[in-house]
Amino acid sequence: MGNRSSLMLREEEIAQIQQETGFTPNQIERLYSRFTSLDRGDCGTLSRDDFLRIPELAINPLGERIVNSFFQDDMYNDRVNFRQFMNVLAHFRPVKKNKDNRLNSREAKLKFAFKMYDLDNDDLISRDELLAILHMMVGANISEEQLTSIAERTILEADEDGDQMISFEEFCKALQRTDVEQKMSIRFLN
Amino acid sequence: SEAEVKHFEFASIEFHRVETPFIIGLWIFCASLAKIGFHMAPKLSEIFPESCLLIVVGVVIGVILVHVTDSVHMSPLTPDTFFFYMLPPIILDAGYFMPNRLFFDHLGTILLFAVVGTIFNTLTIGASLWAVTTTGLFGEEEKFIPALDMFLFAALISAVDPVAVLAVFEEIHVNEILYIVVFGESLLNDAVTVVLYHMFESYSEMGSDKIVYMDVVAGCGNFFVVAIGGTVIGVIWGFATGFVTRFTHEVRVIEPIFIFVMAYLAYLCAEIFHMSGILAITFCGITMKNYVEANISHKSHTTIKYTMKMLSSSSETIIFMFLGVATVNKLHTWNTWFVVLTIIFCSAYRAIGVIVLTAIANRFRLHQLSKVEKFVMSYGGLRGAVAFALVRLINPKVVKYQSMFMTTTIAVVYFTVFFQGITIKPLVKILNVKTAEKRKPTMNERIHEKLMDHLMAGVEDILGHHGNYHVRDRFKRFDNKYIRPYLLRNYQGAEPKILETYSKLAMRDAMEFMRRNASTI
Repeated sequence: MGNRSSLMLREEEIAQIQQETGFTPNQIERLYSRFTSLDRGDCGTLSRDDFLRIPELAINPLGERIVNSFFQDDMYNDRVNFRQFMNVLAHFRPVKKNKDNRLNSREAKLKFAFKMYDLDNDDLISRDELLAILHMMVGANISEEQLTSIAERTILEADEDGDQMISFEEFCKALQRTDVEQKMSIRFLN
Repeated sequence: SEAEVKHFEFASIEFHRVETPFIIGLWIFCASLAKIGFHMAPKLSEIFPESCLLIVVGVVIGVILVHVTDSVHMSPLTPDTFFFYMLPPIILDAGYFMPNRLFFDHLGTILLFAVVGTIFNTLTIGASLWAVTTTGLFGEEEKFIPALDMFLFAALISAVDPVAVLAVFEEIHVNEILYIVVFGESLLNDAVTVVLYHMFESYSEMGSDKIVYMDVVAGCGNFFVVAIGGTVIGVIWGFATGFVTRFTHEVRVIEPIFIFVMAYLAYLCAEIFHMSGILAITFCGITMKNYVEANISHKSHTTIKYTMKMLSSSSETIIFMFLGVATVNKLHTWNTWFVVLTIIFCSAYRAIGVIVLTAIANRFRLHQLSKVEKFVMSYGGLRGAVAFALVRLINPKVVKYQSMFMTTTIAVVYFTVFFQGITIKPLVKILNVKTAEKRKPTMNERIHEKLMDHLMAGVEDILGHHGNYHVRDRFKRFDNKYIRPYLLRNYQGAEPKILETYSKLAMRDAMEFMRRNASTI
């Protein structure tokens, strides 16, 4: 499979992706072979179903949200090409000192996490948006009231301007002690 | 004849009946008093780690004892009391309060250091010392120390000691990654130490000419039995403890006893089969915590926490004091070159091992271990009471130079506890090592970090990359489906940590409210 994928990926494409995302050519080729193996229809793009066919992702409580985040630039488009795929994955590259970290800076990583909550794209996390995520993660065995009070408490804790929502700035501030650079990075294989 | 009539006395003395418990009580009392003393002299404990001061007190008591009783007083630190009564509380405390997440995230590195690092140190130290032996530097007679005796000594001296590491690192608060790597290594290297020690011990009993190829193979196989066996015994007892506490809600007062007794039984079970007791009790603590804490009452939990802290800190205190007392005896054989070279080899090979192994580990790690961290890791390779107890276990009839080994072990322990222990604090400051901040998670941190975990597990699945998050995710799903429902009384679905944080914060708010509005209640 490695052979086929490297044949299909042109040199200039690799160079362009490398420049955009900071991946090394080896990593790009490796990810391309993963991309093609996910692409069941062999059409060079991935649909939501292609992602959800991964068994673990399908049972991940946030699986659907994660998949949706790949389609974020263009909500109406329901297919992702390899470049878009790589642009999303670039958020999870480890932060390197003294290097240009555009897509994988701390802020970009936080923004990515923030977008997982923010369904309506208004740059605010509302109580209902938070509650929706809590429902997915905590599961059904917990009373609605308890979840609501957890959500309210969480907003109360982060909310500084009193609008009952968490803005991106408040979100960053609430996570300032968290090592986001570590938590949201993956060592991509070469 | 006039039988001697024994009259009833209104007072009598009978010391021998209470002798043993009384002396034990007295030791614990003295050690605790000494501990109070250091905390009343803040200047002193700023310069010296507590372990140093305790050893000094021990030496003073030892000198007094020898002068008063004039016996070759071998102190109460016998290998059996050490391994059966003093070590388990410390290790249980370490395992039970282990930051599980951190430990498993760095397990690869920890295992690399614990297994490969310890074997490397043992072989290099043993070989180097033996090579020097043959030159006659240690004396004409010592020229004929068998190589196997030397490796036996190397096996016990090369293991980093969990008690000493804890005692020194607890005071300096280095960052959590550095701490878990050094400390995890000291816990997990026990399996290697036990195997190498028993292996070389039985080899030297057999005599070097009778060792066959199979014995070496058996030794290697034995390592897996000791390590995996110990771990499995610990995990089984851990699950059993979780299961038992499911039914204790009617008798809350006995909850703490189950935690202690069952963990101790895990330790002893492993020791019966000559497996690693340290691994067993560590993993028992790690395993049981998740389930026990959900079952037992809040008060029982507080009791367990403080009892465990008390037991482990008093054991630690007593160990260091006894180490001091044990120094004072008449069985020493001092050999300057042997002592000096052992210390040099221990430090040098530790440093080399750390450099080589971190280079390997960094190829697979997200967080790269920096130069400063490497230095603290090699400097944190403290030797302690485990080495001393092991050297005391050597039979002088089999190993002729046991007394020289004992003196040297004490010297190495003193060197690491005093020299390295005293200098590590200022060094950490000079090198600007990132230090730890203790914190309780806020609601936001808890929830958003959980979201990140799920997100990363999802990304790893998309990449088809079976990393940490993937494995954790798998385990959690398994746990939530097949283990938690059977071990917990009130199974409340996934992510118990979010609920736990919530109830803790709510409790704190309530207390705060009470404090402020005391008059309204």
